[in-house]
Amino acid sequence: MDMLYQIFIDPFVQMGTAPDLFVQTLWEGMVGGMLYALIALGFVLIFKASGVFNFAQGIMVVFAALTLVGLHEHGIPAYLALALTILVMLGLAFAVERLILRPLVNQPDIILFMATFGLTYFLIGFGELIFGGETKIMIANQLGLPRGAIDLKFAGGFVSIQKIDVAAAIIASIMVAGLAIFFQRTRIGRALRAVADSHRAALSVGISLEQIWVIVWFAAGLVALTTGIMWGARSDVSFALDVIALKALPVLILGGLTSIPGAIVGGLIIGIGEKLGEFYWGPLMGSGIESWFAYVIALIFLLFRPQGLFGERIIERI
Amino acid sequence: MLYREAGQFKSNYAADVAIFPILQDRIGLAVILFIAAVIIPWFGSTFLIQAVMIPFLIFSLAAIGLNLLTGYTGLLSLGTGAFMGVGAYACYKLTTYFPNVNIIIWIAASGFFSAGIGVLFGLPSLRIKGFYLAVATLAAQFFLSWCFIRQPWFYNYNVSGAIEVPTRSLFGVPVTGATATETTRYFVVLGFVVVMTWIASNLVHGRIGRMWMAVRDMDLAAELTGIRLLPTKLLAFATSSFYCGVAGALLVFLWYGGAEPAVFDVNLSFFILFMVIIGGLGSLTGSFFGAALIFIMPIVLRYLPPKLGIPVHPATVEHIQYMVIGALIILFLIAEPAGLARLWQIGKQKLRVWPFPY
Repeated sequence: MDMLYQIFIDPFVQMGTAPDLFVQTLWEGMVGGMLYALIALGFVLIFKASGVFNFAQGIMVVFAALTLVGLHEHGIPAYLALALTILVMLGLAFAVERLILRPLVNQPDIILFMATFGLTYFLIGFGELIFGGETKIMIANQLGLPRGAIDLKFAGGFVSIQKIDVAAAIIASIMVAGLAIFFQRTRIGRALRAVADSHRAALSVGISLEQIWVIVWFAAGLVALTTGIMWGARSDVSFALDVIALKALPVLILGGLTSIPGAIVGGLIIGIGEKLGEFYWGPLMGSGIESWFAYVIALIFLLFRPQGLFGERIIERI
Repeated sequence: MLYREAGQFKSNYAADVAIFPILQDRIGLAVILFIAAVIIPWFGSTFLIQAVMIPFLIFSLAAIGLNLLTGYTGLLSLGTGAFMGVGAYACYKLTTYFPNVNIIIWIAASGFFSAGIGVLFGLPSLRIKGFYLAVATLAAQFFLSWCFIRQPWFYNYNVSGAIEVPTRSLFGVPVTGATATETTRYFVVLGFVVVMTWIASNLVHGRIGRMWMAVRDMDLAAELTGIRLLPTKLLAFATSSFYCGVAGALLVFLWYGGAEPAVFDVNLSFFILFMVIIGGLGSLTGSFFGAALIFIMPIVLRYLPPKLGIPVHPATVEHIQYMVIGALIILFLIAEPAGLARLWQIGKQKLRVWPFPY
């Protein structure tokens, strides 16, 4: 009985009695969720256009951030370093298309998935070889990002909001809006959607798959760079992001592999869910449940909607 | 020239459906077994047995386990590491509570615990497919890793949070623990791997294996032909987890001699998955090839440059090792997406018709 009270009633009582803590947790969850959503967004872009489940997205985030910081450390001004990093991501997109996607065209999904594993390992080794394996500090100030916190009075307490998180939210929204316009309104965007629908049909009307793949991987690279800056400004730049990138997977299946709004909504659900779970229910089970809570949320959703919240309905034929 | 099947006639059905229909293959297998069971323990150095052969065999067993699930039944799993962990911890708890029972029995029995957990986490597989299922198995991976770290019952409440393997003997010869010689441990591992590979081979060539492959090729069609999907998929999960569990128990009891929970993290799952895919999905031989390549390649990369007299910094070696492994995975996939097992088959076919091209 006591156990049931602890699980089902006590957390809600706590939420009611200390609303400022609740709002703070909610905000933390949203910010964490946004990071997941951005990583998931990179996955979705590539999955939609090439059907590749790109495991390397998480490492691309680290790689982009590392390149940016590494270039700046070599005495290149921040904005020039940013431009150079964008060029590096473009080069990466070309290399991936030429060296991995083109030779492996028309192979089963799992083989391409595996190839992105190879890419992950390669990028880890390459990044560490060039820029060193130690953790670095993101050059947030030099890029003109704000720092410090705003304390809001709320329900008899304080809610502390980091300025960088607000900036991240704004930039992320702008980027998503930009991507949406790009997908819906431009010629290339239309071609991208055609490729996502059917590779063969797109080829037959004269859309160049190679070109589309480069564009998509470049877009994913830009998303990775943005994610890297945001995330690097919150903590440090290191290869420990691996685990966070894995967190993007439940976000992805929660939202549906092919849906951009799904990635964002899924990210927020997972982020908020896991922070609330950790804060209110974690102590009951001996804390640290953050590491698996997200997956369990996703699993429960999946049992009811196997294609995710916004995924296209899976129709199977024989 | 030597590899010809001319003159080998099959006069009954049993010979026709044999797994090794060609005499030379049977001789080859006997030679491999002879090398593994006599030459290596007799002449092999401690390094070869302890650091190469024992882990190679254990990882092969785990790869076979995952191959039964991913290669034969088409269910992608990223929870292998956790299932191996379940086997290791089950064996540890069992031998803590019943220290007098033969350790071999507990290693084998730990597979059943792993199988049970595998079935539990395999339940969503009826509704979820492909990458969605892979993420569902990640739930198993992270939940179980968390259990091993945060629930002190699993490691007998000791301070370090790691498990220590106690000394257990078989007929008076220590098999596990600090006093066991590497040759003894090698023989135990070899015994397990040979017997379980033989069982797996019989499974996949029989009715059950055909059911699995039918489900892999198209589960709807398989269901229409009268295969019940849920029992078939769950059986695949159970068998696969059983193999992984035994491999996990062997890994801790006969190789590491003790383990921190971090051993069974998600990287181990990926590691085993690499072996299966590089070796060849749906091939038992491939599991051995994959384990050999993925496990032995880093060892070679680590020891080769100093041998050749190229002075490199250890950290640089580490980084280059990552790059080389990554590049090799991509290269192998481009060269032969069906894996090393397929390359092996092509090679054998070429030998059979040599000197003619086909």
